[in-house]
Amino acid sequence: MAIVESEILAVTGNEAVAEAMRQIDPDVVCAYPITPQTEVVQLYAQMVADGKVTSEFVTVESEHSAMSAVIGSAAGGARTMTATSSQGFALMWEVLYIAASYRLPIVMTTVNRALSGPINIHCDHSDTMGGRDTGWIQLYGENHQEAYDNCIQAIRIAEHMDVRTPAMQMYDGYVISGAIGPLQMLTDEQVRQFIGPYRAINPMLDTRHPVTVGPFDGLHGWYFEHKVAQNRAMDRALTVIQDVADEYAELSGREYGLLDPYRLDDAEIAIVVVGSTAGTTRSTVDKLRARGVKAGMVRVRAFRPFPHAAYAKALEHVKVVGVMDRADSFGAQGGPVFLEIRAALYDSDPRPQILPFLYGLGGRDIFPDNIEQAFAVLQKAAQSKKRTSTERRYLNLRKD
Amino acid sequence: MTVDKKAVAKKPAALRKPRARKAAAKKPKWDISDVDSWGPERHELGATIIEAGNSVYNETGGWRSLVPVIDGEKCDGCMLCYFYCPDASILVENGKAVGIDLEHCKGCGICAKECPTDAIAMKTDEKE
Repeated sequence: MAIVESEILAVTGNEAVAEAMRQIDPDVVCAYPITPQTEVVQLYAQMVADGKVTSEFVTVESEHSAMSAVIGSAAGGARTMTATSSQGFALMWEVLYIAASYRLPIVMTTVNRALSGPINIHCDHSDTMGGRDTGWIQLYGENHQEAYDNCIQAIRIAEHMDVRTPAMQMYDGYVISGAIGPLQMLTDEQVRQFIGPYRAINPMLDTRHPVTVGPFDGLHGWYFEHKVAQNRAMDRALTVIQDVADEYAELSGREYGLLDPYRLDDAEIAIVVVGSTAGTTRSTVDKLRARGVKAGMVRVRAFRPFPHAAYAKALEHVKVVGVMDRADSFGAQGGPVFLEIRAALYDSDPRPQILPFLYGLGGRDIFPDNIEQAFAVLQKAAQSKKRTSTERRYLNLRKD
Repeated sequence: MTVDKKAVAKKPAALRKPRARKAAAKKPKWDISDVDSWGPERHELGATIIEAGNSVYNETGGWRSLVPVIDGEKCDGCMLCYFYCPDASILVENGKAVGIDLEHCKGCGICAKECPTDAIAMKTDEKE
């Protein structure tokens, strides 16, 4: 299909996602507003009221109810979407596991925001990083364009017959959600054709074929086997995410992968980063390259499933890798991304050093200087004959 | 704390494995070579039950300690037992309760409690 060059719009990240949802026009949206996601729900409710979409919009009294209603709707046989952030995501907790174990292809936008306390409304990744083992597919976007693109691709990934697993797509609160950025949209017709009609499996509303959803598994049932099935679906999702991205690239001209490397081929030191900070890191890499430093970067796109083999291949030639986490795993050796990357590279020979960095918790600013500081640590470690300590290094921690 | 290694090394004879076990150990008890053909893909996605009315396969009769016995002469066919029975275990013929589905009757006694003509009595269930 020919790529249609569309005009460049100036929108907030939330507007971009609301537009994607309008083009997807799911059967049902159940959502509860929370900062910084509010605008998505508000704009979508307006679209419903204005008759721009055919969705049934269910207003609920909490996020626990939102996710429960979404599960009911999806089990009923409807293409269903929702959106949340932070505490709302945390309130959905127990039901997130239910959605995944029922294998309902729900798509949820989660605008990343810190979890309390102290109460904080700004961006970090502690909400969704905590939900990494709920059984949902996790795609982290970098900017406005990717928030839009991921939202549309997530529908295809979640609904794919090899996967049939709910998917959440994330982007950074405020930095992306509230700030204005460029967006090129597909046409409504392109999106409609790309996602295709919804195929429900064993829907409860098919009264000719009555089913029981979510039954008790018995005292000696198949719980274990169903968990193995969920994990196999995750494994298959790796292929599906790439296939969907390739098909989307033909349509949009925008290419995505499981991970997003930058100037990595001959890099001696590299940083792994999630979300909007990738832009700042890229410009820092360019600056260092101009000085002759062999710096590189990888941005995480798919975090669940985690493409560990792809990371091993991408990073095994690098001497020192710094992993920048915007969420901590208290008491662990480092943040969640650090742990994954370190595990992924364990079998590499020679094995790169992997160092943990923490940044941006509760929306703490991350400046190019901070990223240069991180690269300086990596450079020093690369030159040192001894292995460098893997204690956490905090970027832009206040001194007062 | 110091540990006397010699004392730990020699287990009392009663705790040692009997020799017969060694022969059996040659054939591994936990053979997982066919793990890929195990359960997961044989079950309905998301553990959904797609067969309607499958609760008949769940035989709850084994839970019973008391069994309802119907006196056909006293039964006036009001059908209250039929409607109250939580396991649909009252067998009805010509508008009268004539027997109990013993594969599913849990012996809860609701039928006996509700019967307005005292036509149902709970008796000790004698199992073979």
